[in-house]
Amino acid sequence: MVVSRNPVNGAMFMIVSFVGMAALLVLLEAFFLAILQVLVYAGAIMVLFLFIIMLLDMDEVEKLRPKTVTALASAASLALIIVGIVVLLGTDGISGQALASLSAVPDYPSAENPMELALRTKSYGLGLFTKYMLPFQMTGLLLLIAMIGVIVLSKKRQGTDGSAAS
Amino acid sequence: MTLSLNSFLLISGLLFAIGFFGVLLRRNALVIFMSLELMLNASILALVAFSRFNGTMDGNLFVFFIITVAAAEIAVGLAIIVSLFRKRQSVMVEQLSSLKN
Repeated sequence: MVVSRNPVNGAMFMIVSFVGMAALLVLLEAFFLAILQVLVYAGAIMVLFLFIIMLLDMDEVEKLRPKTVTALASAASLALIIVGIVVLLGTDGISGQALASLSAVPDYPSAENPMELALRTKSYGLGLFTKYMLPFQMTGLLLLIAMIGVIVLSKKRQGTDGSAAS
Repeated sequence: MTLSLNSFLLISGLLFAIGFFGVLLRRNALVIFMSLELMLNASILALVAFSRFNGTMDGNLFVFFIITVAAAEIAVGLAIIVSLFRKRQSVMVEQLSSLKN
């Protein structure tokens, strides 16, 4: 998707990759998150993107090729990241012993901890409203701030004097 | 559970690399935002995979916050892009260099 010239084509490929991500989440048995992925990302965010692309109606569809230096630098960074990933995961990967030490974190005793991995949606709500109550409320505040910010940004400016403008 | 953690991490890393490549390469601000979304999705996949193989719920819960923050970020970013386009008639990032010099 990152090399297609037309942004609409890129957005379509993006939707395909989001649906693929949802399938991967189903493989990880996070069914609720998979549904959320399809609804929020493929449904809302990409529709917003397509709407903005349609609204802006960019006639100058990035005809000219990217600069050689830019292309070389991006390709080099891509190769570096991929090499890093392969080196990190390729030899023996994240070993099972490291994973065992991860799950032996004493903060989460799975016997009386109400937050052990449960596949029902109930456990999501339980976690959100007990352990992560403060981040949950902060998220609501963040959404409020984003909403006010968007309203202020997209308000039509009345006049040219600074007093009326936003 | 047939797939291993490493394959999920590999996919996540590849997605992140592709998103990073897009951010560096493209000059359309909208496409740069879409690549940012791809990077966030890669981190979501890594979080869920770690959480699943670790046996705790916290990674799954954190994905909620990531999705919310991504939605807020996209809303604000698109509003900024639209207001920039109103003023400049362009969304190419190299023409938005009025802060230079």
